Amino acid sequence: MSTFKPRDWGSHAPFIAPGYKSTLLRGPSRLPLAIKSGLTEGTGPRFAPASVRKLDFDLTKNGVTNGEPLGERIVVHGKVMDTDGRPQPNILVEVWQANAAGRYVHKVDQHNAPLDPNFRGSGRCMTDADGNYMFYTIKPGAYPWGNHFNAWRPNHIHLSLFGPGFATRLVTQMYFPGDPLLELDPIFLETQDPVARERLISKFSIEKTEEGFALGYQFDIVLRGRNATPMED
Amino acid sequence: MSYGETPSQTVGPYFAYGLTAQQYGYDFTDVVDPVVAGPDADGEHIRITGQVFDGNNDPVNDAMIEIWQADANGTYAENPVDVASTGFRGLGRCGTGTDAQNRFYFDTVKPGVVADGAAPFVNVIVFMRGMLVHAFTRFYFADEAELNARDDILQSVPADRRDTLIAKRVETRTGVEYRIDIHMQGDAETVFFDV
Repeated sequence: MSTFKPRDWGSHAPFIAPGYKSTLLRGPSRLPLAIKSGLTEGTGPRFAPASVRKLDFDLTKNGVTNGEPLGERIVVHGKVMDTDGRPQPNILVEVWQANAAGRYVHKVDQHNAPLDPNFRGSGRCMTDADGNYMFYTIKPGAYPWGNHFNAWRPNHIHLSLFGPGFATRLVTQMYFPGDPLLELDPIFLETQDPVARERLISKFSIEKTEEGFALGYQFDIVLRGRNATPMED
Repeated sequence: MSYGETPSQTVGPYFAYGLTAQQYGYDFTDVVDPVVAGPDADGEHIRITGQVFDGNNDPVNDAMIEIWQADANGTYAENPVDVASTGFRGLGRCGTGTDAQNRFYFDTVKPGVVADGAAPFVNVIVFMRGMLVHAFTRFYFADEAELNARDDILQSVPADRRDTLIAKRVETRTGVEYRIDIHMQGDAETVFFDV
């Protein structure tokens, strides 16, 4: 087993990111201490295929109580790979999001938009042998938040991945192409490198679009790669 | 060909019905929960618990903590089949929004030593609204002073900050608890690692 390359801080936002106000009291104020990546960081949890149940990958069906969820049905495809382009098989991908009206099922969300009795907005899937994943859902709506006057989050889906090791853990958000709110959203913009933050925007795909059923989006995810040399300990 | 990393984004305030649904009482299963080791797992059964404090020293009620640790023999449970047969999962996840004092907790076994020159420890990741990038830290154990004094990584931490990584052992009515708080900022700021 080899260790993982260090996190590329140029591809991520800083801990304290003044545009996103909650970071001011919550981000560590001191630089993280570099440590040599070893056995611990090279290992990580493996999930049995049974961790994902039959409807977990279909958010249009897994929260139904009395009908179909409202909104624009979409299918999201993506490949999980590392920075060397190696596909990452059997990776658990957990997703959650707002409904089409921009409302989360979460009890704390008090946005004045309707809940959908047929949409919970959470699910999960696993990558196949080639690193590909897919899930069905409803396109999430934008919603206001309290960061500054007239602040609105762009449409987004939250994704959580463990990757091949604990060191490659990633929680991110997938955005949609052409969303005018992106250029106003500090959570998106605090990733300083414009090339890096473009990687957060999915691509519309007519090839993945299902005739008469759902619009297709492609969202590839890149995790840290491994060092070429084996670990010393 | 080389590809750039996908940027990290915050877990936000509304992760619970996706990532910790059963803990928070939503109608969805959890793949990972606060039970790191089931009752049949070998080793000393312990609970690890603590709070997360922000820069105002207020407890954070919407953080999510994950831990990853070796079993009592110092082995990481990388094979899901082993997890099923031994009751040891090695991985835990807990939100701080369901306890009146906003504590996280993990029911686990005390980990063994994974390598010569290392003290037993637990790997920790801190997520919350207000963090665009998660932070890695470690929990060590106060009753392992001798091994802690020889642990390369712990000793690489400035001496006056080492205590932020050491969980205190408390014997309670229900068993052994290790208590450790995570301070995001301030004089007692937890040491985080660039893993």
